[in-house]
Amino acid sequence: MRGNMERDSNILLEINHMRKGFDGLHVLKDISLSVREGEVISIIGPSGSGKSTLLRCATMLETMDGGELSYLSEKAAWEEDGRCVYAPKNKLKEIHKHFGLVFQNFNLFPHYSVMKNIIDAPVSVDRIPKKEAIERAEKLLLQLGLSDKADAYPYQLSGGQQQRVSIARALALQPKILFFDEPTSALDPELTGEVLKVIKQLASEQMTMIIVTHEMQFARELSDRIIFMEQGLIQAEGSPEEIFASDNERVREFIGKFQS
Amino acid sequence: MSIATMLMQLGKGMISTAEIFFLTLLFSLPLGLLVSFGRMSKNGLVRGISKFYISIMRGTPLMLQLLVVYFAPYYLFGLNLRGYRFPAIILAFSINYAAYFAEIYRGGIESMAVGQYEAAKVLGYNKFQTFFKIILPQVIKRILPSITNETITLVKDTSLAFVLAQAEMFTMAKQIAAKDTSMMPLMVAGLFYYLFNFLVAFVMERIEKSMSYYR
Repeated sequence: MRGNMERDSNILLEINHMRKGFDGLHVLKDISLSVREGEVISIIGPSGSGKSTLLRCATMLETMDGGELSYLSEKAAWEEDGRCVYAPKNKLKEIHKHFGLVFQNFNLFPHYSVMKNIIDAPVSVDRIPKKEAIERAEKLLLQLGLSDKADAYPYQLSGGQQQRVSIARALALQPKILFFDEPTSALDPELTGEVLKVIKQLASEQMTMIIVTHEMQFARELSDRIIFMEQGLIQAEGSPEEIFASDNERVREFIGKFQS
Repeated sequence: MSIATMLMQLGKGMISTAEIFFLTLLFSLPLGLLVSFGRMSKNGLVRGISKFYISIMRGTPLMLQLLVVYFAPYYLFGLNLRGYRFPAIILAFSINYAAYFAEIYRGGIESMAVGQYEAAKVLGYNKFQTFFKIILPQVIKRILPSITNETITLVKDTSLAFVLAQAEMFTMAKQIAAKDTSMMPLMVAGLFYYLFNFLVAFVMERIEKSMSYYR
């Protein structure tokens, strides 16, 4: 009993029966997922399987049609009379602080220097003193190997460097969970490594992460759990060993494509 | 009339021209932003009204708009407003240019990648911060060449204030030209407009350069 409660208190994200459709197309059919503190979860699956939509619903960039979403036991959205209801604005604002998202296309602010990209949200959203935000940013830049780029503008950086800055920008708000939406898909193969290295480093620091990725080898090495999605459903879920030895035909077929 | 007197009189007109120019920019640039919000509003009524406003302002002659704005208080309400001439000119110019600026803003705002909004949202920026800190600065950089175009047109359009007998530069030049039966004052006025616009283009180029630190 006690063990159970302890485990519950460590659940950072809980999704129950999440549904989402676009123009009658059911992109997410019934997704349930809970994420414990310190877990690294990779979501894999073919294009159009709903991976990115799941991430976008979890980060509230899309509103879901039904189901339940909560962070640290605080409800962000739930179902009432068959309709999905979101928490009031100020509550959502608090909940937003629990997570960060790293985009496929970085989405850095081009008119801000690297430093300003990282400190602006902590300063103007979280009202942290600028000096403190700069110190925090300098630590992050050092950690991500970008100390010499603080004054550069995004267009002056390689894709890999830009993605590392966007990771630093997300981390500067000190989220409990970090989502990655195909963080290396927009990068040349030789730049992919530097971003994966950073994510591995974060994993070793017990950062809770949910990563949508096509990097199978990476997912296998890094994840505590792999989720295989297809047609808006979680078709298989388990440890990397379980997934890579799965006897589910679709999982085998999908992973096989990447191993040839 | 000596050249010196002519230049003095044209110079006075020049001041009036400059006043119309600066005040119109001052009012029409923010008003245009407001109209562009209306034009992009989710509310169909607001969007419809804004669209209609823009279509009237762009679709009828500015000269007519000047006359309507100036004479409307009298014909509609029987009001005889003292000293209304100059405010009427500024009002007419401002609402006309706001319509053009609104469409320029809209083009710029709609060209922004949705990722910028999403990144701001996930980082916790509210809508106001997102627009004024993230979106607008990038929009301004993009639309600056179009704004320069409109601004240069405005310098020349100030001459339309002659329909309300405002003593701006072109009105003065025409009067002197008629009195002296000479083309000279008009040519000098032309030179004035050219120099004014040369300055405008120079300043705008500087502003564009000041924003070229990023891409």
